[in-house]
Amino acid sequence: MAGNGNRTSVDDASQQMIDHAAACGFELAWDRYQALLPQCDFGKLGICCTNCVLGPCRIDPFGEGAECGVCGATADTIAARNLARHVACGAASHSDHGRDVVRTLLETAQGKAEGYEIKNETKLYALAEQFGIETDGKDLRQVALEVAETALADFGRQEGVLRLVSRAPEPLQKKWQRMGVTPTGIDADVVRLMHATHMGVDNDPIHILKQVIRTALSDGWGGSMYATDCSDILFGGPEPIRSRANLGVLRPNAVNVVVHGHEPTLSEMLVAAAQSPDIRNLAEEAGADGFQLAGICCTANEILMRHGIPIAGNFLQQELALATGAVDAMVVDVQCVFPSAVKIAKDMSTRIISTSKKAAFEGVEQIEFDEEHALQSAKKILTAAVEAFKQRDPAAADLPDSSEHLVAGYTVESIFSTLGGTYRPLFRPLNRGIMDGRLRGVAGVVGCNNVKITHDWGHVEMVKELIRNDVLVVQTGCSAIACAKAGLMRPEAADLYAGKGLKEICDAVGIAPVLHVGSCVDNSRILLACVEMVKEGGLGDDLSDLPVAGAAPEWMSEKAMAIATYVAASGIFTVLSEPFPVMGSKAVRQYLTEGMEADFGGMLAFEQDPVAAAHLMIDHINKKREALGLTEMMYEMPEPARKAAAPAK
Amino acid sequence: MSRKVFSAVIRGAHGFVKEAEAAWEKAVDEHGEKAELKFPETAFALPMILALTGRKVQTLADCEPVLKHCREDLLREVPSDEVWLPYLGHGLDAGAATLFAQEILGAVEHLNGFEPDDGYLGFLSDTAMREIGIQLVDGRMPGFAAILGPAPTDEIAVNTVRELQKRNILIFPVANRDGETMKEQLDRQNVQTGWDTYIVPTGPRTLDAIYVLNWAVRSALTFGGLKPGKFQDILQYSRDRVFAFGITFGNIPDDWYATGAGAILMGYPVISDSDDTPEVRPTGVTTYEALVRETDAEELVPTCIEVRGVKVKIEEIDIPVSFAAAFEGERVRRDDMQVEFGGKSSHCVEYLHMAEMDDITDGSIEVVGADIDEVEVGASVDMGIEVLVAGREMQEDFEGILERQIHRYLNHATGVMHIGQRHLVWLRFSKTAFEQGFRLKHIGNILHAKLHDEYGKIVDKVAVRIVTEPDALKDLMERAEAAYEARDLRLAGLTDEEVDVFYSCTLCQTFAPNHVCVVSPERQGLCGAYDWLDCKAAFQISPEGCNQPIPKGRTRDKAMGEWEGVNEFVYDHSNRSVERYCQYSLMHHPMTSCGCFECIVAIVPEANGVMVVNREYGGMTPIGMEFSTLAGQVGGGVQTPGFLGIGRRYILSEKFISYEGGFKRIVWLPKEIKDAMREELEERAEEEGVPDFVDKIADETVATDSKSLMAFLQEVDHPALEMESLLGVPGSRRD
Repeated sequence: MAGNGNRTSVDDASQQMIDHAAACGFELAWDRYQALLPQCDFGKLGICCTNCVLGPCRIDPFGEGAECGVCGATADTIAARNLARHVACGAASHSDHGRDVVRTLLETAQGKAEGYEIKNETKLYALAEQFGIETDGKDLRQVALEVAETALADFGRQEGVLRLVSRAPEPLQKKWQRMGVTPTGIDADVVRLMHATHMGVDNDPIHILKQVIRTALSDGWGGSMYATDCSDILFGGPEPIRSRANLGVLRPNAVNVVVHGHEPTLSEMLVAAAQSPDIRNLAEEAGADGFQLAGICCTANEILMRHGIPIAGNFLQQELALATGAVDAMVVDVQCVFPSAVKIAKDMSTRIISTSKKAAFEGVEQIEFDEEHALQSAKKILTAAVEAFKQRDPAAADLPDSSEHLVAGYTVESIFSTLGGTYRPLFRPLNRGIMDGRLRGVAGVVGCNNVKITHDWGHVEMVKELIRNDVLVVQTGCSAIACAKAGLMRPEAADLYAGKGLKEICDAVGIAPVLHVGSCVDNSRILLACVEMVKEGGLGDDLSDLPVAGAAPEWMSEKAMAIATYVAASGIFTVLSEPFPVMGSKAVRQYLTEGMEADFGGMLAFEQDPVAAAHLMIDHINKKREALGLTEMMYEMPEPARKAAAPAK
Repeated sequence: MSRKVFSAVIRGAHGFVKEAEAAWEKAVDEHGEKAELKFPETAFALPMILALTGRKVQTLADCEPVLKHCREDLLREVPSDEVWLPYLGHGLDAGAATLFAQEILGAVEHLNGFEPDDGYLGFLSDTAMREIGIQLVDGRMPGFAAILGPAPTDEIAVNTVRELQKRNILIFPVANRDGETMKEQLDRQNVQTGWDTYIVPTGPRTLDAIYVLNWAVRSALTFGGLKPGKFQDILQYSRDRVFAFGITFGNIPDDWYATGAGAILMGYPVISDSDDTPEVRPTGVTTYEALVRETDAEELVPTCIEVRGVKVKIEEIDIPVSFAAAFEGERVRRDDMQVEFGGKSSHCVEYLHMAEMDDITDGSIEVVGADIDEVEVGASVDMGIEVLVAGREMQEDFEGILERQIHRYLNHATGVMHIGQRHLVWLRFSKTAFEQGFRLKHIGNILHAKLHDEYGKIVDKVAVRIVTEPDALKDLMERAEAAYEARDLRLAGLTDEEVDVFYSCTLCQTFAPNHVCVVSPERQGLCGAYDWLDCKAAFQISPEGCNQPIPKGRTRDKAMGEWEGVNEFVYDHSNRSVERYCQYSLMHHPMTSCGCFECIVAIVPEANGVMVVNREYGGMTPIGMEFSTLAGQVGGGVQTPGFLGIGRRYILSEKFISYEGGFKRIVWLPKEIKDAMREELEERAEEEGVPDFVDKIADETVATDSKSLMAFLQEVDHPALEMESLLGVPGSRRD
C-alpha cells in the first residue's frame, strides 16, 4: 500500500475505529484486500478478456506467450474494450442518477411527487431559456414540466446533438465534431459503446477510445450535468454554509441516521421528515436527544451543500461508522455501498435500510422509496431508526469525538455572488487573481478512497502541496470529505497551508483555499466554472487554454474512469493515482497519456505519489500560464516539494 | 486582514440602514406616505437607487421596498471570528445597502427642507454632471478623488489638493473627524474651492459622500446610455470609464468603511494614510487593488494614480508656474494683479495665421518691445500675440479654430487670467506668477507646447511673436482685423446649399450608440461645441475619427432638408435604426439626440409654436415639464417628433426648423437666453420682417403654464397664432 508509514488512515478518528474494529474482530475492507493479495496482474493490465466464452483469454504482457485471444483480438483491442465497458458503466451510473432527478422534477411538475417543490426558479427559467422554451404566460409548473420533458428527451435522444453540449466553448465543440465524438443521446451513447465491445465488433483500439470518449462526454455534459441542474432546481442552489465532518458528528444520545450512497431525492425528504413534530416526538419518547442526520459519500455531499447536514465520513469510513455501534439506521441508496455493511451491522442494533429499487442486499430491510409517497417513506425510515435506538447497547458505542469545521456550498452561481455580491456578480476576481500572478491556477481534486493508498493521505497531501503553490483547489466527492476532515475547508486553513498569493485571495474573499463544490455528479460544476473563466476573458478561448488541472488521487470506481475521461476530453490535464487497467496495451496507454492532447487539448497521467502528482499538475499549469503570456507569479515558489511517498505498510 | 475591513463595512452598513429606517418612519409620520421625495435639479429619481435597482423612488412610500431590500437581502451578519463565511460579496452588498440608505437619508433631509452649509454644494445637479461628467468619461479629465476627513495638517491638505489639481483631477472633500473638515483646512490656507478650482466640497458629513457617488453613477445612465436597473453594465461602466478613487485620512471608522465599500462596488479603490488600515490588494472588483495603505503623505497622490490606473498626461511646459486645466477657472483680482493687457485701459489682440513651412522656425519665440519687468505694479499695457503656424495639413480654415484655443491654454497657467478673444482680449498676470518669474515669452512656451500637443496632426511648426512695441503692434492689429473680417465673411456667408458635404459627429456613440449628429454650415452640433468648420478640421486632423464627411447626394426634399446621401449615412451609422432623416424639420424624421444638447425645442400645440428651454434653466416650462424631465424624453438616439435637442446658436440660423416656419414659431424662451442673445435675436427678427418679435416671445416672468402663455401670446398678437397649423404641416410637399 502506498502511503504514510504504518498507518492505515491519516485521519485519527478513522485510525481509532480501524484499531477498534480489529480489537472487536470486525472485518474491514483493508483486511479483505490483504486476503486477496496478490491481485491478478492480467486484470490490472487490462489484457484479460472475458467478453465471450471462447475465453477467458489472457495476453502475455512480456511478449513471450499468447499475443492475441481466440478471436484474434490483440492486447490493444482487449484493453480498449475493457476500458470501454468500465466507462460505459460509470457513465450509466451517473446518468441513471441524473435521470431519476429529472423524473422527480417531472413528477413534481405533474403534482405527483409528494413533498417536493421547485425551490430554485431562477435556475429553472435559465434552463428553460437555454432550451428555447417560451415561458411568458405559463405557470411555474408548466415551465418545469416542459423543462423536465425536454431534459428527459436528451436521455432517449436517437440523433442530433445533446443539448447541453452547447454550453461548451465553441472551439471545444469544434474539436469534438472534428473527432466525431459529439454526444448524441445519453442512453444511446452507452448502448452503442457496449455494442462496440461485443465480441467481433470494434477492433481498432483508437476507434474504440473515441467511442469511449463520446460516452464519457455524454455523462459529463449530459447525465451528470442534468443531475446537478435538476437537483439545484428541485432542492435549491447551494450557498456557502458551515458544517462539520468526521465520525465525531454522531451523538451518543441522539437517534443517529446515516445516509449513504449518491442520490439526493430521498435524503432531502429525510431532512424534512426529521423536522416534523410527530417524528421528533417519537425520538423524544424513546429518550433520545432528537435525530442526528449525517452522511457518507455523495448523498452526504448533496445534503451538506444544501442544508449543512454534517458528514460522518467518506467511502472507506462506511464500515467504520457502523463499527461505532452508534448508528441506528444506515439508509443506503445506490453506488459505492459495501455489501459487507450487513455483516458488521448484524451483531448490533443498527438497521441497514435499502431504499432503491435498483439495489437490494441479502438480509437487508427494503423500504422502497417512491417519489409519489416520499415523505411517508422518509417517516417510515426514521420510525425504524427510533426503534433501533431503543435497542442500542450504550456500552457498545465507541465514538471518536473528533470532527472538523468546514464551509461548503460553492457552485458556479454562488461563486459569482461570493466574489461580487448581489450587484457585482462576477468571476473577475478569480481571473484577475490568476492573471496578476497571485493564483497560479485552479485544480479540481476529486474521487474516491482506495485501500491501496493510506486512507485520505493521497487527497490531503496533494491538496496541501497544491495550495502551498498558490493553486486554488475545488473538490467533490470523497476527496472533498477527506480534505474537510483535515481542516482544509476551514477559512483559517489559508493562513496555515496556502502560499502567499493564494492566502491574499482567500483573505480578500473570506474563503478557504479549498472549496467544496459538491458530489461526484457535481464535477459538471467544475466544467461550467471553467466555462465561466473562459467567458470572463483573459485566460484564452477554450478550456484547454486555462491554467487548470484535475486529479483523482485515491480513485477506485468506474464512475471515476468516466469522469477522468470526460474531463481530459474537455481539454483538462488530469492525473490519476492508480493507472487505468489498460497498461498492457502500448497503443491505448500512449493515446490516453499523450495522443489525446493533440486531439482534445487534455490528457491523462498516472502517478501514485500525491506530491509528485501535484507537481505534474503545477508544471502543466505553469506551461499554460506561459502559453497565455501571463506575468510571473507574484511571489516566489515555496521550497521544493519533499521526496516521493513514504514506504508502504 | 480583509475580514476586519468587511466586518467594519457590515457594521457601518447596519448603522446607515438603521438610521435611514428611523428617518423614514419619522418622515412618514410627519408628512404621510405620499410626500414627494426628490433632489434638486435632476431628472433621475434618487439616482443611485434608480441606477442599481431600476426603482424610481419619488415618494416616501417608494422607499419602503428599498429599505426592505437593504434589510433582508443586503445586510448580513458580521463575519464570525472562526469558520467565517465568505465576506467579500456580503461586504459589497453592505456597500450597496449603505449607498441606498444614504440616498434615502439625504432625500428625506431634503423633504425636511435641508440646505447645505455655506460653501458646500450638497447634491450635485444634472447640469454639473453633464458639464463635468462628460469630461470624466471622455478622458479630458483624468479622474476624481473623494477625500474623507481632514488631513493630518493643513499643509498636507493643501499639498494633496495641489498635487491632484496639477493632474486635473477633480476633488470632493467630504466627512469630518471630530468636527474638523478638509474644507476648513483649505479655507484657512486661502485655497479657493468650487467647480472652478476643481475642489468641490459636498458636505461635512460621511453621508455627503453619496452626492459624489450618485453624481458619478448618473454618467453611466446619461453618457453610457445604460438603462436603469442594468446594474452589472452600469457598475462596469463606472469602473471602466470613471477614474475615481477615495482617499481617507486617519483611522477609518465603520461609517467610512461602509461608504468605501460603496465606492469599491462602483470600482473605485480607496487609499488610506493610516497604519491601521488592512489592505485588500487582490483585484477584480476594482481594476487594480481595492484598499491600499500609503502612509507617506508625499506619496499619497502618486499611489492613488497608480492604484486607480488613472491616465495622466502631465504637461511638461517650460514655464515657472504650474500648468493644468484645473487652474482654468482661477481669477486674478485687481489686488493680486501685477500687470494687465487689454480690458478697459489698454488694447490686447491675438492672431493666429498660417505661414509657409520655410518661413518660420519651430519654437521661435520673439518678444518685440519691452517685457514687463520695467512696468509698475498694476499697470495696463498694450500687447499683441501673433502665432504663426505651418504644416502640410494646415489650412486657412483652421486658423480660427486654433486661435480659439489660446484662451483655454493660457488660462491653464496658474496666475494667468485670459478673457475674450481676437482684439477683445483681456489678460492678467498675478503678482505671484510674476514673482515666480513668469514673463511674456512664457506665453510663447505655452502656445508652442499645447498646439503641438493637441494639434500635432496638422501643426508641424509653431512660432510666436509677442508684441508691445507700438508700431509693430499697430501693424499686427491691422492685419488681424482684416483677417477677422475675411473669416467672418467666409463663415457667415456659408449656407447649406453651397456645400456638397455635411459632417457627422458620432463622438457620443459610446454613450448613445444610435445617435448621429448631422452638422451643416447652418446647423451646429447639438452640444454647441462643433460647427461645420470644426468638424471639417477634425476630419482632417483625424480621418478615422468621429467626424466624417457626409456627401449630401440627390435631394429628396429641399424644404425638409432630406437628401439620399444623408439618409444612407444616418441609416448605416445609427445601427440601422434611423431610416429617414430631415435636417430642417421638427415634426418629420427629426434629428436624434445623444444627451449633450444645450437646449431642447419642444412643441407647444395650443400655441401653434415651439418653446426653447436651455439646460441652465431650472424652473417649470409652459408645457408642464422641467428641462430635466424633458431631457429624459429627448435623449438616447431615438427620433421624437415635436422635440429636438439643439445647440443654442441654431436658434439664430435661417434653417432653424425652417420646414415648420422657423424662427417665428418661437413662443417661449427663458429670460436668460433672451437677454444674452437679444442683439442677435433682434437681427434675426428684422430679417424675418417682424422687428418687434423678440418682445412677443414669452418667458418665465410672464408664463410658466399654458393658460398664462396663451393669454400673453394673444395680448401681443404673436405671429405663430396665425401660421399654418403646426400639427397639420404635411410630411412632404415634394409629392
